[in-house]
This record gives sequence, structure tokens and C-alpha cells, in this order.
Amino acid sequence: MIFSVQVEVRLRPGIADPQGSTIERAIPTLGVAGVTGVRVGKFIRFDIDAADEASARASVEDLCRRFLTNPVIEDSFIELSAGAAS
Amino acid sequence: MSPRVGVVLFPGSNCEQDMIEAMGLVGAEPEILWHGDATTKGVDAVIVPGGFAHGDYLRPGAIARFSPIMGAVSEFAAAGGPVVGICNGFQVLTEAGLLPGALQKNAGLKFVCSMVELRVESTDSVLTRGVEAGSVLRVPINHFEGNYTCDADTLAQLRDEDRIVLRYVENPNGSIDDIAGICNEGRNVVGLMPHPERATSELLGSIDGLPLLRSILN
Repeated sequence: MIFSVQVEVRLRPGIADPQGSTIERAIPTLGVAGVTGVRVGKFIRFDIDAADEASARASVEDLCRRFLTNPVIEDSFIELSAGAAS
Repeated sequence: MSPRVGVVLFPGSNCEQDMIEAMGLVGAEPEILWHGDATTKGVDAVIVPGGFAHGDYLRPGAIARFSPIMGAVSEFAAAGGPVVGICNGFQVLTEAGLLPGALQKNAGLKFVCSMVELRVESTDSVLTRGVEAGSVLRVPINHFEGNYTCDADTLAQLRDEDRIVLRYVENPNGSIDDIAGICNEGRNVVGLMPHPERATSELLGSIDGLPLLRSILN
């Protein structure tokens, strides 16, 4: 079965995020107030062929741990659904 | 016979010629090790230089560990061979699992490019065995992601085992515990953000990199 996968890579809480800080400081100049907690991450999308959803998820989690994130500074959040994205 | 030093060249490395020049100054016979070749060619020491290996795609150092040379570098390190990663090379060694921790973006939002003072904290490593403990060296830094971090257990282990080899006198980037360089358990793999190869001539403002580079050869 083909599964469509979306992985969001976030910097872990407390890890420096200069891009997020810079964006946050720029926003008030557009006249939009009240925006806080801006964090910039990565979004990775791919399809995976696996026997079932559990094995697909296990493979994606393994990829996240060993490659797509650096677990010292990043967390991953996985969304997975049946069928190819494209 | 002069010691042979291999300088790893990834696509995107940009400090390898400086390192070749600097290692020549301290009496080594330097040569380039192409990242696509799965061999360290029998050299006596390996240096992973600075730059942007594989364009820093995904994260600095994240793709470099898949280059065929890195398997050979890991074997060389496991056999006790001296391996030193500088700047992006330090990032490569952490991503390859040869050193613990990670390099996050600098605190304070800025790319930093300046001469800094480093205190030699341990002389028990391949990079610092020829310098005096407690001495202060002037060596330049040039990085955006040089803010060393690791979990509390790893930090405690690095301290207990005397594996923090260099500390910044004044922390320029937010690194935990002012860490500028660390070594592995075997003390033959060292990673540091500062560039000793750029402190090899009075014309460059400092010659304090020379004793560090000489240490690698002994």
C-alpha cells in the first residue's frame, strides 16, 4: 500500500531559532499586533510503499530518528494517510 | 619521513586549501581525500575542514555522513587514528556520531566572524597534546551554527572525563559551558568551531594555531 507522509521538523523547545525571532520582531511593523512564539521548522513530504499503516509509520519514525531530524536539537511530528499525495 | 595528513574534500568544503597550506607549514605532507573515495589512503591523520559540505542541505553535516569517505574515516578513528573536525567538520563529526551533541544556531542571531581567545582545558587530546594546559590561544571563528549543545548527561560525562579540550574565554555564540572543542572517549577524535589553520602567520594576526596543528602530527 502507498501512504502519503508529511513530516514536520521542529526545533526543540529552548533551541535557538534566529529565523523565528527575526520574523517575530518584523511582524509588528506590518501593523499586526499580538503575534508571539514564532518558530521556523521544516516540512518534508513523501510517499512510502509498505504492507500496512503500522509498518509505514515504523519506517518513517526510524527515518526521522536516524536522518530527517537531529534528535539533540529537533523533534518530528508525523502525519500519514493512505494513498499517494500526487 | 613527513607525516601524511589527509584533508577531506566534500562538495561545498571551502577551507581545504587553507588547511593544506597550514599543514605544510608545520612539516606535514598534506593531501586531499575526495569524499567519494571510500579510503583514507593510509594517511597518518585525517582533517575534516570547514565549509558547507553538501550545501548544508537538511542540516549542516547531515548529508556528509553518507559520503563513502566517512565509513573509512570512522574505521580510521576506531583504530585510534587522529581525526580533527573544524567548524563544518565538527558539525559533520557530530552528525556522523563520532562526537556527541550538536551545533545549533548561534545565540544572538548573528553570524560571528572574529578573533577569539581559547583556553586550553585539557592537553589529553590529539589536538592539544603539544600545548600547555591553561594557556590562552588567539584563533578566529567564522560560523552561524557554532552554538554547541548536548543533554545534561552528556555534558556531565564530558566534564567528568576531561573531554572539553577548549573553552572560549568570552562566549561568542551561546555554547553550553563555553565549549569551543571536545574530544571522544579515545581522545583521538576532536571537533572544534575555531579555525587553527587561519592562525598560522603573523600576517593573519596570530600564530597560535601552529602548536595545535603540530599536536596532530605527534
